[in-house]
Amino acid sequence: MNTILIRNVSPIYKNAFKLTSRLFADAAINDKIDKIVKNNKVVVFMKGVPDAPRCGFSNAVVQIMRMHAVSYDSHDVLADENLRQGIKEYSNWPTIPQVFINGEFVGGCDIMLQMHQSGELVEELKKVGIKSALLTADEAKKESSK
Amino acid sequence: MSMVYTEEYLKEKLIKELDAVHVEVRDESDGCGAKFSALVVSDRFEGKPPLARQRLVHAALRDELRAVHAFSQRTLTAAQWRARPAPAP
Repeated sequence: MNTILIRNVSPIYKNAFKLTSRLFADAAINDKIDKIVKNNKVVVFMKGVPDAPRCGFSNAVVQIMRMHAVSYDSHDVLADENLRQGIKEYSNWPTIPQVFINGEFVGGCDIMLQMHQSGELVEELKKVGIKSALLTADEAKKESSK
Repeated sequence: MSMVYTEEYLKEKLIKELDAVHVEVRDESDGCGAKFSALVVSDRFEGKPPLARQRLVHAALRDELRAVHAFSQRTLTAAQWRARPAPAP
């Protein structure tokens, strides 16, 4: 009788435990992400690492950052399932990669490409005190043609 | 077994949800429904920066995007679309 009771009741406890630990995890990952994006000027949440991206979209963002010679803080969501879900909820954005500048979500791969092409990225970086290498190259070209 | 979405299904949904006047959806996963790219032309995008436009598209496909692995998009207003027609395929 006792064992039946335990069998029947324990799954409820287990689920309740899972649910509460999940809620705590949510709050913890949210705080962690908040700290990451606020303590670094440029942050990229991606699949893989900059030297070995594991998705074409993440690779595209890495290449853009490389062209502008921006140093950034990168986080591999494939190495942390909690982070992978957490970042999507934090920014209310369903896909990876995600780029943050000065604590603010800027966009994913499509938007980074658009901003790169329109010159907007150079301006956004300038706002946070980062000089894009493309700007430096541009100035050098103008200087030499004087 | 999760739902496999088709180009046609996503196109219809975008037209309906966003009053889109022109939509092109391409399945880039050979019909697996895992990777799509979309061009969405709608006047709902008027006066909105790219991030806000893409959020509208994400909202329209909220359920679908849970099953889709990769989704890239271009979002234009009708005026932008007329000014910059894509080359004929």
